[in-house]
Amino acid sequence: MRRALLWFALCLLPMLAMAQAIQPLPFRDRAEEVRFQKLSSELRCPMCQNETLADSNAPIAHDLRRQVFEMIQAGKSDDEIKSYLVDRYSQFVLYKPPVEPSTWLLWFGPLVVLAAGAIVVAVQVRRRARQNPTAATPANDTEDDW
Amino acid sequence: MSRLIPFFAFIALVGLFGFGIWWNTRHDQHEIVSPLIDKPAPAFVLPVLGEPARTVDKASLLGKPYFLNVFASWCIECVHEHPMLMTDMKQLGLPLVGFNYKDDPEAATSWLAEHGNPFDVIVADRDGRAGIDFGVYAAPETFLVDAKGVIRYKRIGPITPDVIEKEIRPALAALAKEAP
Repeated sequence: MRRALLWFALCLLPMLAMAQAIQPLPFRDRAEEVRFQKLSSELRCPMCQNETLADSNAPIAHDLRRQVFEMIQAGKSDDEIKSYLVDRYSQFVLYKPPVEPSTWLLWFGPLVVLAAGAIVVAVQVRRRARQNPTAATPANDTEDDW
Repeated sequence: MSRLIPFFAFIALVGLFGFGIWWNTRHDQHEIVSPLIDKPAPAFVLPVLGEPARTVDKASLLGKPYFLNVFASWCIECVHEHPMLMTDMKQLGLPLVGFNYKDDPEAATSWLAEHGNPFDVIVADRDGRAGIDFGVYAAPETFLVDAKGVIRYKRIGPITPDVIEKEIRPALAALAKEAP
């Protein structure tokens, strides 16, 4: 029993690390905290570039979280806070880049590739259907066997 | 002919991935191009390191181009960069303004005593707020600010002889061309 308890306590230890990762901020209410968490998880830490501001433990992430927090307290909107950071750290800090000419490839590129694939498939299916309209099984399919 | 299509598709993919590898050898994926380049440097008023009563602001530095070097005693790369500031950067003949970023003043002073002080003046940004305005995210960083207070160039990471030759000298030449 004691052993089991010890194991249980050990398993809980990693949670301590999580609990300490983010500095406590004096939120006015729950809604403000939720808003802060949502906003900081949409922003990217400029230093450790695959982490959000919310997740990162880098000093700059700490400072930027403080900045975001203070701007929320000062009554700034989410867009104002985002553009404040974009002005200083470029659009790189946005996990969701805006749709504009320079990001069209990013946003619509996958759709273009998908459409190209669909066209190839459609052409192939039609061609095969024309070549052997009766045979359901590709027993005599010697040409396009890829 | 259509049998060769997969082969060509394969070659196209090899080309694409090869281009990706080539591109990554030439570009630092960690470098965020600063949106502040060719924009006025942010206004700041910061105390001088070691003399908290004296402040330096953006206006007092106008009139002559200068380098602003972000450094800190906790910054490991700064130690590697420092000899370049002491020699090659000084020889470029521009004032060197130190931007002591999120540092303890005493630690910074003894760090400079140990490694040498190449700076004409050092401002201290203890809480990193002015650093955010400059888009600083990792020391060392170096800005070139022109006589009108516009940021003309930014280096993220240590200055090396290569950086001076390939980036800083051309930036200085561009400055000299427009203001004879």
